[in-house]
Amino acid sequence: MQAAWLLVTLDADLVEITLRSLRVTLSALAVACLIALPLAALLAVRRFRMRRATIAVLNALMGLPPVVVGLVVYVMLSRAGPFGVLGLLFTPTAMIIAQVIIIVPLVASIAHQSLRDLWSDYHDLLISLNATQFQRICTLLWDGRRALLTAALAGFGRAIGEVGAIMIVGGNIDHATRVLTTAIALETGKGDFAMALGLGFVLIALAVAVNLSIHWLGKTESEGRW
Amino acid sequence: MSDLFPVSVRNASVRRRGKVLVGPVDLQLGGQGTSIVIGPNGAGKTSLLKMLHGILRLGGGQISWACPTEQAQRQQAFVFQTPVMMRRSVVENIAYPLRLNKVARQEALAEATIWAERIGLGGDALQRPAVLLSGGERQKLALARALIRKPRLLFLDEPCASLDGRATREIEEILTEVAASGTRLIMSTHNMGQAQRLADEVLFVLHGKVAEFSPAEAFFAGPQTDQARAFLNGDIVE
Repeated sequence: MQAAWLLVTLDADLVEITLRSLRVTLSALAVACLIALPLAALLAVRRFRMRRATIAVLNALMGLPPVVVGLVVYVMLSRAGPFGVLGLLFTPTAMIIAQVIIIVPLVASIAHQSLRDLWSDYHDLLISLNATQFQRICTLLWDGRRALLTAALAGFGRAIGEVGAIMIVGGNIDHATRVLTTAIALETGKGDFAMALGLGFVLIALAVAVNLSIHWLGKTESEGRW
Repeated sequence: MSDLFPVSVRNASVRRRGKVLVGPVDLQLGGQGTSIVIGPNGAGKTSLLKMLHGILRLGGGQISWACPTEQAQRQQAFVFQTPVMMRRSVVENIAYPLRLNKVARQEALAEATIWAERIGLGGDALQRPAVLLSGGERQKLALARALIRKPRLLFLDEPCASLDGRATREIEEILTEVAASGTRLIMSTHNMGQAQRLADEVLFVLHGKVAEFSPAEAFFAGPQTDQARAFLNGDIVE
């Protein structure tokens, strides 16, 4: 009941936490896509020594434990660490960095599988047309864009539900780094299950809404689309 | 850009996993007419075309064009047996080679529209996703996408395979027109009627090698080799 009331009245704290969750996750997703998608296309079109090993490592890193990532990012950003001077620890930026590290392998791996299939279709044509490597990568990314949305959505799902790493590097500071997942963990610990449940509903609604809007924008299920 | 003919193929071969797919091949091709590549299934027709075009890397020997190889490749196009339909509209598929050559989008689309109409894919079909086209339409699209580059040399790998008589005739009419405009055609086919209609010279391929290379009239009147004779008679060729 209390949870529903918080949602209906658009509780200020709830709105703030929700928006911060979205901002951190979407920023991480944008950065991760900028790294992962070209990497996936490059792995599809280019043959080089250790390529298979690189793909295997990328696939293995999909299961990267978030807590360990959080710990490593914490050590790197702490005052004694190599990037301590930047003062990023316990900021949303640190949370974004941790999420990027977690979701890049996932997005790259899923994207690579789609682009590899597309490349096997396009291979002879693009070679015949003397497309440069850059043009091949751009073509795959453009023509495979709808399949790549799935990769991005998987990354979004992983990032929005992540708690371990961002708890460590963000510190779950009220009005600074508290996001939906860390707030749920906190409220559960305090025994305030109503609040935790309310936040949980918002988190689920957020994930579903973003997925639906991306599908709608991408027209993935429209007739004659890909 | 200087002309790429004559082309000289010397002892060229393609290997894959230790097995010879094509070769050794020795050929001298002039710049006019239509060469038809025929031979039984698995003889190496497609691989020969891909080798000449540069899709398959040479395992030995060499192919010497009359101009630098890079220039020569820019003057060629290839129509595959199974046309590759890019995940784009019909007009964008045809415009794609121009976009690769950095032609402005509007200009490329305008040129592609002209080609699409020329091959009978104009009007409503222009904006349709290419994957929704029928087999014959796909082949026409692939042909338009190749021709928009204004190639001096056009390779066609069984462009009429699995097409009905009408679609085959339409493709042949386009090819005749293209050949008349000075484009050199090298095409593989299983259709002997089509080979006789289009060929100026015939390459009979067997076991990855060019077993016979002669003017079309002479070839169809009296092949030099027993295998070619058996093939023309519809016998099994070993």
